[in-house]
Amino acid sequence: MLAYYLDLAVRSLKRSPGLTALMVLTIAFGVSASMTAWSVFRAVSGDPIPWKSAQLYVPQIDMWGPQAQQNNPDSDKGPPDALDYGDAVALMRDHRAKLQSAMYPIGPSVVPADAAKHPITTSGHAVFSEFFPLVDVPFEYGSGWSAADDEHRAPVAVISNKLNAKVFEGANSVGKMLNIDGRDYRVVGVMGEWNPQPVFYDITNTGGFARESEDLFLPFNTAIAANLANNGNTNCNETPDAGFEGLQKSHCIWIAYMVQLDSASAAREYKSYLEGFARTRFPDWAPNVRLRNLPDWLDHQHVVPSDTRVSLLIALGLLIVCLVNTAGLLLAKFLRRSSEIGVRRALGAPRAAIYAQFLTEGAMIGLAGGVIGLLLTGVGVVSVGWVLPRQIANLAHLDFSLLATTLAVSVIASVLAALYPTSRAARVVPAWQLKSN
Amino acid sequence: MDIRPILSTLQRHKVTAALLILEVALTCAIVCNAVFLIGQRLQRVNLPSGVAEHELVQVQLGHIGPVPDAKAQTATDLAALREIPGVRHVTPVFQLPLNPGGSSNFGVMLAPDQQQPTVIATQYMGGSELVTTLGLRLVAGRDFQADEYVDLDTALAALHRGDLKGLPQTVIVTRALAERLWPGETALGKTMYLGKAIPFRVVGVVASLARPDQLEKGEQYSTIWPIRLSAADGASYVLRCAAPDRAGVLKAAVARLKQLNPNRVVLVQRTYDEGRRAFFANDRAMAGILVGVIAALLVVTALGIVGLASFWVGQRRRTIGVRRALGATRGDILRYFQTENFLLATFGIALGMLLAYGINLFLMSHYELPRLPAIYFPTGALALWLLGQLAVLGPALRAANVPPVVATRSV
Repeated sequence: MLAYYLDLAVRSLKRSPGLTALMVLTIAFGVSASMTAWSVFRAVSGDPIPWKSAQLYVPQIDMWGPQAQQNNPDSDKGPPDALDYGDAVALMRDHRAKLQSAMYPIGPSVVPADAAKHPITTSGHAVFSEFFPLVDVPFEYGSGWSAADDEHRAPVAVISNKLNAKVFEGANSVGKMLNIDGRDYRVVGVMGEWNPQPVFYDITNTGGFARESEDLFLPFNTAIAANLANNGNTNCNETPDAGFEGLQKSHCIWIAYMVQLDSASAAREYKSYLEGFARTRFPDWAPNVRLRNLPDWLDHQHVVPSDTRVSLLIALGLLIVCLVNTAGLLLAKFLRRSSEIGVRRALGAPRAAIYAQFLTEGAMIGLAGGVIGLLLTGVGVVSVGWVLPRQIANLAHLDFSLLATTLAVSVIASVLAALYPTSRAARVVPAWQLKSN
Repeated sequence: MDIRPILSTLQRHKVTAALLILEVALTCAIVCNAVFLIGQRLQRVNLPSGVAEHELVQVQLGHIGPVPDAKAQTATDLAALREIPGVRHVTPVFQLPLNPGGSSNFGVMLAPDQQQPTVIATQYMGGSELVTTLGLRLVAGRDFQADEYVDLDTALAALHRGDLKGLPQTVIVTRALAERLWPGETALGKTMYLGKAIPFRVVGVVASLARPDQLEKGEQYSTIWPIRLSAADGASYVLRCAAPDRAGVLKAAVARLKQLNPNRVVLVQRTYDEGRRAFFANDRAMAGILVGVIAALLVVTALGIVGLASFWVGQRRRTIGVRRALGATRGDILRYFQTENFLLATFGIALGMLLAYGINLFLMSHYELPRLPAIYFPTGALALWLLGQLAVLGPALRAANVPPVVATRSV
């Protein structure tokens, strides 16, 4: 039966090729425009670590007090977005979560052993050993360092495969020495391809999106001892003493912190621990703490550019206009065929058969529109690179689920558009229709 | 032209007509808002910076390891850069207007005991040639004198000791900031306060100097301080030269700096214009995408009108033939379809205006956009009417060409 309906649909569509082409192209157009915008949107709001983002939390503590809150015109009365050195170190010492790491961005220069090569500016983070299992860093060679290395301020380093290729020609460099800002560090691990966007573990310092992937991770305590200055943002409500050491003694905030808590009860426990922590450290004011999980944190930090969201709305509007357009055309087309339906009904076709026939026709238009729309989406996503800044455009790429959604949306939309005219058409009373002709 | 027959015909195609009206309404609403968004973007992109934009190049260096004598190094660098042919002025700076790379900002108080800052202004500092190098135009007062300058590390140390004498005493502000702080009065000689009641006296006013970023805090709320930076403070060197010399000067400057001290890497080397382009890349991209979507919308709507009108013309060939046989002219038929389209478009536009207003309200509350100016409504209406008339012209002409003899033919 389906073959028969397909045949009928093809015949009907062939009768008015211009109109058919118009309907197909409108759907294709609408689908591709909105899907392109959607892929950009998903690329920038995408969950960078979907398998455990609900277990990752960012603790915040108010170390400045209500007085500072009052004077901060931007504040939502929540605690500052980062930690000061003293609190971060104390939280690490208490070690209450399953996994946790304080971190700050560093930007030292790596001096290749080969004197003919130029020094390389790098970007990276100073982190604790638990950082690697915390955010699931993949390793090509070796692994992260141990808790003992944290303790002893060991001169060890984890480098990216990109830096490994630059300095060691891509060979297994575990155990080799690397000169970083004039000191020697032993390479303990080489990361595999890893460039999460947004840079979820340190939103405060990266603003969410880094131009380049990270080259280098050093132990936090080692970096502090080596005076590797903070390469990110520092926010103060007081004037710190001079130098990096002064910064460490101050209540200036510059350290990002992330913990892993596997269950809701663990999260509740950690939150009450934080409150106790704040009460002991800052007895002068009521504890003001937050413990947001990663998705909430990304939202709180406005990591998704609102541009993209508005453009998504406009692209969705375009899709709706295209669908309304197609619905109107399908309607006009189907309503004109009441005599044909009258004949079929008089010959004994049940209503279901009429539905099947017309919905098949609608689905065919949707499918054709979807396939062409798919090709156009491909073109659209590729050409996003010409107009959008590279750091965002790099993230927008086609994948299977996007393609499947494209097809599904177009078919469903056109079947929906065919539904009303079909129900009108199927209601035609055969005798009346035959008579009037 | 009597519109009653048109209305009664449309009543027989209620749903189809409603869909067309809906399509026109959506298009009208979206186009109004999208054009407004584009306008907003372009307004940002064209903000005046206040500096001699086409005559500036920037070089920023990063030092490997500690810097032994940053001040001496900076002095050597500046002297060497001045000798490069074509270079007119050189200064270290911390930030440039409307450029990527972050900014330094502070709360301005008008009284020593004020709790909340009046505005958040940005601070420009660099060296003795900052005003001339950037090409700022003084409209009142004077530039800093040589004895007013303080080194950044000296100033920070004094700030920490609470020693007000070791700090700079004077400041230059933009006209916009002066107007905001002391409306209707002259700013010269007035005092502004920073942090814990640290006073600064205004000695000069420049016509314009935009801030590097955070434009929502007041695009032109900038101040200039008599503070000298060294290469270790994260400063860039900015060189001013004639516009055609920029590429050559930039190349020569980088080569000279590397030659002076090879133990450092170049972090930034670009002309001011390149930096500004990079800063607004997002806005420009967004405007481009919006233009594309608007064009697509208009094309789709036009095609929809063409399709539906053609369809109706085909359906009513017999009726048209009868009317022609009864004495209607081609012009009558043409005008019939044009009026029908005009009516549909009018309904659509009326609905679209409401929608446009609603969408604008939504964007205002969710994305902090300003209110849609009234001028967009009549402009959008006109555009949609024109689009409708253009789209319907083809089918209407075809209808006008239906010969009266069709009336007598059986199908």
